[in-house]
Amino acid sequence: MNATENHAANANERPVLELRNITKRFGSNTVLDGVDIAVNTGEVVVLLGPSGCGKSTLLRCVVGLEDLDGGEVLLDGEVISGAARSQEARTRMGMVFQSYDLFPNLSVLDNITLAPTLVRGTPKAEAEQRAVKLLERVGLADKANDLPSTLSGGQQQRVAICRALAMDPEILLLDEVTAALDPEMVHEVLQVVLELADDGLTMLIVTHEMSFARAIADRVILLDSGNIAEEGDASFFEQPKTERARQFLSTFEFHRAGR
Amino acid sequence: MNWGLVGSYVPFFVAAAQVTLYISFGGIVLALLVGLLCAVVRLWKVPVLEQLVGAYIEISRNTPSLVQLFFLYFGLPKLGILLSQEACAIICLGFLGGSYMAEAFRAALEAVPAVQHESAQVLGLTRAQAMRHVILPIAMKQATPSVVANVVFLVKESSVVSGIALADLMYVAKDIIGNNYDTLEALFLLVVFYAIILIPVCLLGTYVERRFTNGR
Repeated sequence: MNATENHAANANERPVLELRNITKRFGSNTVLDGVDIAVNTGEVVVLLGPSGCGKSTLLRCVVGLEDLDGGEVLLDGEVISGAARSQEARTRMGMVFQSYDLFPNLSVLDNITLAPTLVRGTPKAEAEQRAVKLLERVGLADKANDLPSTLSGGQQQRVAICRALAMDPEILLLDEVTAALDPEMVHEVLQVVLELADDGLTMLIVTHEMSFARAIADRVILLDSGNIAEEGDASFFEQPKTERARQFLSTFEFHRAGR
Repeated sequence: MNWGLVGSYVPFFVAAAQVTLYISFGGIVLALLVGLLCAVVRLWKVPVLEQLVGAYIEISRNTPSLVQLFFLYFGLPKLGILLSQEACAIICLGFLGGSYMAEAFRAALEAVPAVQHESAQVLGLTRAQAMRHVILPIAMKQATPSVVANVVFLVKESSVVSGIALADLMYVAKDIIGNNYDTLEALFLLVVFYAIILIPVCLLGTYVERRFTNGR
């Protein structure tokens, strides 16, 4: 089944991930002011917005790294935030961070097998077999026994993606995974993410890479000062509906007077 | 200096060195356990225990080790708790060193970037699993220099046990000085024996640290 069919087949299903009225304050500063987002099976939703608009905080709220001040997070229609927060629900979502977050004391292979063996009780040999398959998929099978510090930033992020995928998440959250990379490494990482989208993986992605966002997004959400300023399909980039979106998109363009 | 005398005293110092090593080793192991436990309690901010650990660390660091030792050896029997000299010596070093080790571990644990805790958490690891497989191994590397410094400190500090008549290096040296007035020879041997014990400890520490830094 290709990605398009996948979307069509699941169009009427209930969302994998549903955020209802998410509110988050840091002191008197309201970072998220009642945000509603639903992500359907196989859908790739891209979150855009200026720095400090609450994109990263939103992802952190979803996986439970931040406590909510209001609203709820539902996974497969089941509340997993607040008192209902559970370790089990957490393992059904994968997340990759902006900074290099591989465990520096473990080899690439051990980084990937750690959670499946500890949390799921998968036998070591089986977990390793799966890990090698994942590494092959991102072109890093030969690095299995290396330490993360010997890898380039782009390679580390690809391994981090494998590590998240090893838990078979229902949804993968990516928080500016290329923000800390040199430009020439950005491409190799985003290429992997694009392939995951083609395989039908459900994703919620925060990024500043506009051409990547345009290529991968089934739906785009522009977040501004803790609110959704605009939501739409990929046509968002050509025909933004709101002034705020036009303004935001224009910050990625450069014009020199007289040319 | 009479080298003949020095030679004749060597066997006494060899025997005493074993006492010093035995007491130090026991005390260091205890200090590492106490320190690790205290550091984790402080990192996790475990209620009540955190306050107890705080009080322990202050008492341990702000009272002389000889006073701690006398309390164990002469004070506790008045409360009906009778411990052997060796047990007192080891507990004393463990009590003293525990707080120093705790501070070394705590500093290293706190230096582990938040993203490591968060990655482990998001992967579904429990706090204990994350501590055991990720946070502690990372922190250990960072803690090595201070832990080695504390080990050296505790071996030197073990000389207080001569105060309760345990025949360690210090005791034997004082004995020879008191009985035979061979002050120079005894002190010379004392310095040499402590150096023989401690220099390898320092070298080992440097080696371990380097091994950690270069990966495995």
